Amino acid sequence: MDKITEEILHEITDWDGVFSGAYSLRENGECISFQNSDHIRIVKKDDKPGIDIYISGKAQNETVYIPACVTKSDVHDLVYNDFHVQSGANVTIVAGCGVHTDAEEGSNHNGIHRFFLESGSHVVYKEKHIGIGEGGGKRVIDPVTYAEIGDGALLEMETLQLGGVDETTRDTSAILKNNAGLIIHESIMTDNEETAVTKFSVDMEGEDSNVDLISRSVAKGNSYQEYSSAINGKCRCKGHSECDAILVGNGRVNASPALNASSTDANLIHEAAIGKIAGEQIIKLMTLGLSEEEAEERIIAGFLGA
Amino acid sequence: MLKLENITLNLPEKDNLLRDVSLSINPGKLTVITGPNGGGKTSLAKIIAGLYVPTSGRIILDDEDITQMSITDRAQKGIAYAFQQPVSFKGINVRTLMGIAAGGEMSEMRMCRILEKVGLCARDYMDREMDSHLSGGEMKRIEIATVLARGAKYIVFDEPEAGIDLWSFTSLIQAFESLKDYEEVALLIISHQERILNIADEIVVIRDGNITQNGTREEVFPTLMKNNSDNYCPKGKEMF
Ligand SMILES: Nc1ncnc2c1ncn2[C@@H]1O[C@H](COP(=O)(O)OP(=O)(O)O)[C@@H](O)[C@H]1O
Ligand SMILES: [Mg+2]
Repeated sequence: MDKITEEILHEITDWDGVFSGAYSLRENGECISFQNSDHIRIVKKDDKPGIDIYISGKAQNETVYIPACVTKSDVHDLVYNDFHVQSGANVTIVAGCGVHTDAEEGSNHNGIHRFFLESGSHVVYKEKHIGIGEGGGKRVIDPVTYAEIGDGALLEMETLQLGGVDETTRDTSAILKNNAGLIIHESIMTDNEETAVTKFSVDMEGEDSNVDLISRSVAKGNSYQEYSSAINGKCRCKGHSECDAILVGNGRVNASPALNASSTDANLIHEAAIGKIAGEQIIKLMTLGLSEEEAEERIIAGFLGA
Repeated sequence: MLKLENITLNLPEKDNLLRDVSLSINPGKLTVITGPNGGGKTSLAKIIAGLYVPTSGRIILDDEDITQMSITDRAQKGIAYAFQQPVSFKGINVRTLMGIAAGGEMSEMRMCRILEKVGLCARDYMDREMDSHLSGGEMKRIEIATVLARGAKYIVFDEPEAGIDLWSFTSLIQAFESLKDYEEVALLIISHQERILNIADEIVVIRDGNITQNGTREEVFPTLMKNNSDNYCPKGKEMF
């Protein structure tokens, strides 16, 4: 395995030399190794790049890893991964992607993930994105996520991008059936000239479905972030979105959250706040003995859940 | 010893917030500052912790002039300050905050002991975020606990009684007494609470930016009741 791949794996998963259980490891546009478990089966697609992941209802508290690594310049990776989660399954999926460039050409990873959660299943999806390397080439990660969440199923997504990704466009959409739940925690930090665009669209079609969308961003340097969300309540349902951003230096954030209710029983709430770090927070931590810089770091790390 | 010498504070928005205030705070002693709202008590606390720099006058800590010293450096020299209005943080939990205060990770046992002093159970609160989900009273107690965690030599508490129930208050009073008696801490507490005034060694009254009284509890305490009968709270707890 490539040294850089090892470094990336270390950063984006809790990998320490081996993955126990099911996994599929992608490096520079190819699946370089994979493993099934008793209840999780990984099958290569034959019509396009990517895999189908079949998760049986017997899978309980299991983790499957599907990291993708790009280790050099001029790699343009496009992959389709579909997760078929049977009724009653309870699993954690650790995805994530690292892009390393070492020359002037850029590299990108474009992962298209679809989740089909059958009734009563529970998936925790963790995804961490990083960009590394000295090359001037742009590191680009453009994930597309689509989820169909069946009756009483729950999808929890935790996505984290902490730096080094020059450009990202994230597109997340979901459809929720009766009693289905979707919880999204997204944290993005950009610096220098980086840009991040993130879009969410959630359709609550089933009675008593609910979504909780929490987005935290920190824009430093000259970076720019754009956030948009559309939460569509078509029945008796609950939607909550919260978009908080901290600006440092010349960072800019543009947030446009939308709530669309087409039923009188849809209960939708949005909260948003953009601004610099509250001065009193820095001062409080300084009175506890931290320097101004340390205080800022702690506040940002806590805010992003990093 | 922490000495304030002829402190005057003018802020762009407000002149004469403090006028020629001199005061010293001694290890093993509890000084209580009291006086009407808006008198300048919190401003004085902020001057000590370095949040405000005085317009004139000097602050001397153990023979060193710290008047221009940063908040961080003062904290590291052993000055701690529990805010009147606690600050909330999104994403920072009680455990982390107390760790920062203690200068490193803190054992659960120690956290338990400290939170107990403010009437909170560590198990219930360690992992709670310091955000708007906590009530005002809970925030206030955690604020006090973080300051207790610092192990500082000079501690200022700004109206610690706010939001604390009667039962927890007893244990807080004990905590204050043990700080001064066993740990030789110099305590400065801004308070209107009779039970805190009762354990004071010195009482200082600040009105309109001036110290109007400064003496031992025996000297000052009886006059408080007399001078302020018009402001006297019928419940017998609050005197201003
Ligand atoms: N930063 C500030 N800018 C303007 N006015 C202030 C500022 N800080 C305090 N004050 C005013 O100074 C007076 C004293 O405030 P403070 O020290 O908080 O009093 P206390 O704690 O005794 O109630 C009040 O009238 C308050 O509104
Ligand atoms: Mg005050």
